[in-house]
Amino acid sequence: MRLLALDSSGLVASVAIIEDGMTVAEYTTNYKKTHSQTLLPMLDEIKRMTELDLTTIDAIAVAAGPGSFTGLRIGSATAKGLGLALDIPIIPVPTVDALAYNLYGSNQLICPLMDARRNQVYTGLYTFEAGALQIVEKQCAMDITALAQRINEIGREVIFLGDGVPVYAETLSALLKVAYSFAPASCNRQRAACVGVLGAELLARGVSETASAHAPEYLRLSQAEREKNIKKL
Amino acid sequence: MEETAKQDVLILAIESSCDETAASVVKNGREVLSNIISSQIDIHAVYGGVVPEIASRKHIERINQVIEEALREAKVTLNDITAIAVTYGPGLVGALLVGVSAAKAISFATGKPLVGVHHIEGHISANFIENKELEPPFACLVVSGGHTHLVSVKDYGVYEILGRTRDDAAGEAFDKVARALGLGYPGGPKIDRLSREGNPEAVQFPRAKVGDSQYDFSFSGLKSAVLNYLNSCEMKGMEINRADVAASFQRAVIDVLVEHALTAVDEYGFDKFAIAGGVASNSSLRSAFERECAQRKLAFYHPSPVFCTDNAAMIGAAGYYEYIRGTRSGYDLNAVPNLKLGER
Repeated sequence: MRLLALDSSGLVASVAIIEDGMTVAEYTTNYKKTHSQTLLPMLDEIKRMTELDLTTIDAIAVAAGPGSFTGLRIGSATAKGLGLALDIPIIPVPTVDALAYNLYGSNQLICPLMDARRNQVYTGLYTFEAGALQIVEKQCAMDITALAQRINEIGREVIFLGDGVPVYAETLSALLKVAYSFAPASCNRQRAACVGVLGAELLARGVSETASAHAPEYLRLSQAEREKNIKKL
Repeated sequence: MEETAKQDVLILAIESSCDETAASVVKNGREVLSNIISSQIDIHAVYGGVVPEIASRKHIERINQVIEEALREAKVTLNDITAIAVTYGPGLVGALLVGVSAAKAISFATGKPLVGVHHIEGHISANFIENKELEPPFACLVVSGGHTHLVSVKDYGVYEILGRTRDDAAGEAFDKVARALGLGYPGGPKIDRLSREGNPEAVQFPRAKVGDSQYDFSFSGLKSAVLNYLNSCEMKGMEINRADVAASFQRAVIDVLVEHALTAVDEYGFDKFAIAGGVASNSSLRSAFERECAQRKLAFYHPSPVFCTDNAAMIGAAGYYEYIRGTRSGYDLNAVPNLKLGER
């Protein structure tokens, strides 16, 4: 089983090839260029470096949301184009779950934070029990104060990661009543290998869709739709 | 090599710059084997105009179906395709990125060359599809919701912009006036229809000139004049004849377009003139140019309405000539929302 994994949900662009329990290649950048300029050239580099025959890929795991709307679409459209041409399915992997997977085996409560602007984060709460990722709080868009309150209720030591950390670290330190820490640079951002490993687990449980049917899960309406809904009320 | 050169060139073209998700297969630049357009007009009509984020979301939902249908209808597979052409600007960046990302991925997975195409170049090239005899040089007026350009087409892929709008695009003025008249979105076809019942001489709206360039356009003054007229009628309690207003406004737009375009044609000595873009399907605009061109013994070209609106067949036509010229794009091709014609 050979999986291609993509994550362009946030500031990081990441591509990986996962094969039977190992990572064959992973390329991750966190640089100011747009994903449109980085993602496919990175995959092309992996292809050349590892002499990858694209027709041997069984499925594409993609970080399918939440995240930057445009970033998600670059990843999804890339996956859809590849899926169409190679006639293989897409495994939509929840972005925040994949981010949490960076801290595999941690005995703390894991809290990924992605800056969602407007004082909100895309987040979720996770633990590892007997080597398996357990979801305590499903990925969602949440006010940072509501998140701190929820963590205080659970009352367990927590570790944060993600591009929301530099934005909300101060706010959190003021609100939290539990011990907390921040993941180090080696494992505190999106990595396609995590998307791939989680994707393999999801595929084993029968989760996949056709490239044609795939679309990102934004967890948020467009601004125009939100404003229209407010007017209706 | 000789044999390869003789083979047919099949372009798979993708267009997603605004609110139509489109794909097409075009043979040798002029023969359309399929032309699939998934329009979002009804979705955006609720908001009175195109909402970029909603457009982008719809593009990603539909892009694969549209491409697959284009291949199916053309009775070809990706294997038969020579190259992939895609609109990379100008347009809405989020919308463009869907088509660009999908096209790049298909190019990468199949090893077929990728050709980035300028949206306006596509509109101009729409004229090649039904007019097999049309070849550069000629002058082309591109009028749509986002663009008003008077272009000298010197050769395939070689353009000089002679004039452009300084403010609103012609189609944008149609949309805004239609909204003020309570006609809804999109305004062009609605004003065109209503105008047939109105008197184009009823209200005298200004024909704007742009001081330092005889070929540039300005439509914001005209739009304001229409809005002011409607306001003052309302203040005075005068009844508004909407058909007369629509017809008079439309006449003012057409007068300016015809005058600028044909002055340029005379000045530069063109013997062929074409129109393109969404507004080019306006019936009064067409008949005005038909009449004027006939008087001057100018050959006049215009695409059928289906090739005037945003579509991928026009991108396939333009993509073919760019492909033949040797234009190739890399996997780092990005969407360029304000891409200038003739720039790469």
